[in-house]
Amino acid sequence: MSLPAYNFAYLDEQTKCMIRRAILKGIAIPGYQVPFASREMPMPYGWGTGGVQVTAAILGPDDVLKVIDQGADDTTNAVSIRAFFAKTANVATTTKTAEATIIQTRHRIPEERLQAHQTIVFQVPIPEPLRFLEPRETETRVMHGLEEYGLVHVKLYEDIAQHGHIATTYAYPVKVEGRYVMDPSPIPKFDNPKLDRSPALQLFGAGREKRIYALPPFTQVTSLDFEDHPFTVQTFSRPCALCNATGVYMDEVVTDDRGGRMFVCSDTDHCETRQADGHTGPGLPQLGEHASSEQETTR
Amino acid sequence: MSLTTVDGGFAEPVFGSQRAFRALMDAFARPGSVADLSDLAVPPAPMSPAAGAILLSLADADTPVFFETDMLDAKAWVGFHTGATATTDAPSARFVHLADNSDCTGWSRFAVGTAEYPDRSATLLLPVADLRGGQHLTLSGPGIETTTDIGPQGLPACFADFMAANRAGFPLGFDLVLVSGDEALALPRTTRIQEA
Repeated sequence: MSLPAYNFAYLDEQTKCMIRRAILKGIAIPGYQVPFASREMPMPYGWGTGGVQVTAAILGPDDVLKVIDQGADDTTNAVSIRAFFAKTANVATTTKTAEATIIQTRHRIPEERLQAHQTIVFQVPIPEPLRFLEPRETETRVMHGLEEYGLVHVKLYEDIAQHGHIATTYAYPVKVEGRYVMDPSPIPKFDNPKLDRSPALQLFGAGREKRIYALPPFTQVTSLDFEDHPFTVQTFSRPCALCNATGVYMDEVVTDDRGGRMFVCSDTDHCETRQADGHTGPGLPQLGEHASSEQETTR
Repeated sequence: MSLTTVDGGFAEPVFGSQRAFRALMDAFARPGSVADLSDLAVPPAPMSPAAGAILLSLADADTPVFFETDMLDAKAWVGFHTGATATTDAPSARFVHLADNSDCTGWSRFAVGTAEYPDRSATLLLPVADLRGGQHLTLSGPGIETTTDIGPQGLPACFADFMAANRAGFPLGFDLVLVSGDEALALPRTTRIQEA
């Protein structure tokens, strides 16, 4: 009998134990970044090593795993991570949001509302919302401790002073249960409202920065704003070119070298499900339909 | 070393600790819900199987465990299976196994974290007679859609007051898990507890 090449889900048991303790403290202190002893993973930093470690620590043999990258199930990052867990943990994988028990995501939340039995794991590059305002970790720790978040509002105000509106469109800072300011990972601000009082458990893992944080279900998550500049999400003037969906987040796809482009759902599962249900969009743009012909509202 | 020290660990350590952790993670994420930890660990009396499964899944050489009562067999069992030290220094304990009918005034000895690192706090395991059919308590807070009711039996008299003080200190505080037989119910520091 040959020994298995890896432990179940790749990580050794002591590492999982340490990550599990960090996850529980993260759930107990919503929005607070728990330091953990992040490991080297067999993929580069920036490819979701934090998310992968969180998923590895919670994954069991009965789980059904879905991995998305910017909403898509079929991009390199998503395919690689799904294959990684199919190989090291032999778990079932799916692209259907409704069938998954664990969804690991890079920078999107599925359009379909998550359910109570699901856990979503976010890959986070920079977990500290104050990092670009204060580079010293010792200082940002104190700022979180003292609930001193004035700088974040100054940053948003500077957006207004320069651009006339809050120009932050992704990784838009949120306040959790009126206490911790948290980076929701680089999801478009379009997805911020989905964080609020979600029935699913939301876990965040930052591998290079060695931090884990969490939002328990039904946690109040408020996007920071001003009374005279309230938080708004992106809107799109056209429906999805493939499934005609409205009120979803879209990707712009360039279709030729003459300015032709189309807008399609960023969530591929949502789009495919709608197409299977018989919805069809306008399809490819006609030749000569130029980018300048319609101004997209993306702010 | 006696047989009681060695027997009763997870039959399959990898999947046993995963199942115990997931049950506890769900319990922490949804305070008031009851985690089923049956058929996992069989610790020596008086430690409950639920407390045994939690410690086996989460304790290791990095996490000193404090035992409020002298449960020598259980102490040796936890040490053998996890490598965790049984500490007598309460503030350094990461996990605490409280006594039945523990006196809350002693709980202020345990770590509640610091303003910079509130995660450096203890997780307390409180054995109770039953998780149902007792004193009626209403819970609210993160993880709970509106409110949820629990009725644990055999809580110390000072419980509600002490937990309210623990909640008031947020983000500092300890996290508490009620254990009874095969079941556990988590009360993280965010949960508001009201006596009905």
